[in-house]
Amino acid sequence: MNKAVITVVGKDTVGIIAKVCTYLANNKVNILDISQTIVQDYFNMMMIVDTNESVKEFKTLSEELIQIGEEIGVVISLQREEIFNMMHRI
Amino acid sequence: MINIHEVIETNEMIQKENLDVRTITMGISLLDCTGNSLKDVCDRIYEKITTSAKDLVKVGKDIELQYGIPIVNKRISVTPIALVGGGVCKSIDDFVTIAKTLDSAAKTVGVNFIGGYSALVTKGMTPADELLIRSIPRALSETDVVCSSVNVGSTKTGINMDAVKLIGEMIKEAAELTKDTDSSACTKFVVFCNAPDDNPFMAGAFHGVTEADKIINVGVSGPGVVKTALESVRGENFEVLCETIKKTAFKITRVGQLVAQEASRRLGVPFGIIDLSLAPTPAVGDSIGEILEEIGLEYAGAPGTTAALAMLNDQVKKGGVMASSFVGGLSGAFIPVSEDQRMIDAAACGALTIEKLEAMTCVCSVGLDMIAIPGDTKATTISGIIADEMALGMVNQKTTAVRIIPVIGKKEGDSAEFGGLLGYAPIMHVNPYSCDDFINRGGRIPAPIHSFKN
Repeated sequence: MNKAVITVVGKDTVGIIAKVCTYLANNKVNILDISQTIVQDYFNMMMIVDTNESVKEFKTLSEELIQIGEEIGVVISLQREEIFNMMHRI
Repeated sequence: MINIHEVIETNEMIQKENLDVRTITMGISLLDCTGNSLKDVCDRIYEKITTSAKDLVKVGKDIELQYGIPIVNKRISVTPIALVGGGVCKSIDDFVTIAKTLDSAAKTVGVNFIGGYSALVTKGMTPADELLIRSIPRALSETDVVCSSVNVGSTKTGINMDAVKLIGEMIKEAAELTKDTDSSACTKFVVFCNAPDDNPFMAGAFHGVTEADKIINVGVSGPGVVKTALESVRGENFEVLCETIKKTAFKITRVGQLVAQEASRRLGVPFGIIDLSLAPTPAVGDSIGEILEEIGLEYAGAPGTTAALAMLNDQVKKGGVMASSFVGGLSGAFIPVSEDQRMIDAAACGALTIEKLEAMTCVCSVGLDMIAIPGDTKATTISGIIADEMALGMVNQKTTAVRIIPVIGKKEGDSAEFGGLLGYAPIMHVNPYSCDDFINRGGRIPAPIHSFKN
């Protein structure tokens, strides 16, 4: 499994999750977990995904997600999961 | 599984608090690059560097993209050139030719600095060492990315005062050669006592002779993260303060450890060490001075600064040591003046003096760093400042260093502009009284009594 974390930060609007999920489904990226919260009036969503079967390279996924974010006015980023595990788990 | 608050915390550190990995530095041994002629040696050096480090910048960028953590610098350190070039370099010109080879190899692979134009002369100088030191002003003014350092003392050997004298003169010459750019050559030179073999930070990085053929060392950063964490414990006692710094240092260092492991794996080069340093930049919110203020000082340099820094440095190490499998290099809080906006402000308003900085260097990593002084400061006075700092390192069994810039044509109260990560620096007051007779004695200061531990 190649776990990665997608974060979406921005103003809440209709269809953010739908748009991101559709993109991931089209590229065979499996969603393992989704959670969301509001921090200082900002919509924060986190998805843990598995990119093992992805039809596109990590770099391309990352760039295209950033582009989708720009289209709907939110900031999307894709990062490998290890950075969070290293920092928060001993 | 990781939760959303942890993800948000990490990303806020990166996006809002300037968390980054300051440098991935590849150490490359050039001991196998000796040859029969200068051209032969230069060709081998160029070949070895450009082959060993050809993927360094690309791997650094890939890691940045995949983990979302900025890696500010990719650098190279090499074996001290006085050792590599000693056999074939018979003149200053010969050594400068090697410096130009290093410059061109570094530019080919795209790194932003290459360190190791160095000599290790803690007890005495060979003719090659002396020639290299004399060639430093030209080497630094005729290249762009070459950095230089000289180790002039250690706890085990004492201080080589002949070298200290020579370096005072050499720094003045380097300043004069680059007077059009605020004596910028001096920003690329450091003089050390107890220099570590595995330091990833410039200008003092070199690949020591105790090291393997190639090695990856990583320097972490993150003053802004510590500062933000401390904002949440305002008014609390020292126990709470120390715990907060320790936990934050742990988190910062773990990121460095991850980057180091990944870089090492992808480049097929063994992991050396993590340097646990809080390295500031001129950016607002990325400052050691700000941390000291958050701890409770009006300005860095106010009474209490040395104690606050000692505590900060110790907690950074305690948190960082557990986060990494190997630590080394300089490890601690850097207190450069020009690279840190709040330190610049403290120096400009008179809160921070060279003498107070000297006291602070007793308890932090390294030493007098990026200090701009009047251009008409005498060479012997510069040597005197260096000797004081070297004595602190020798007696306290720690690394100390001096990176001082006599800015030609400028006087106390003016400002020198170096640009980029180096920032700008106010020209600081220098004690005007002479140490000529002390510096001109020659010879060396013996090792202190507590170095005899056998």
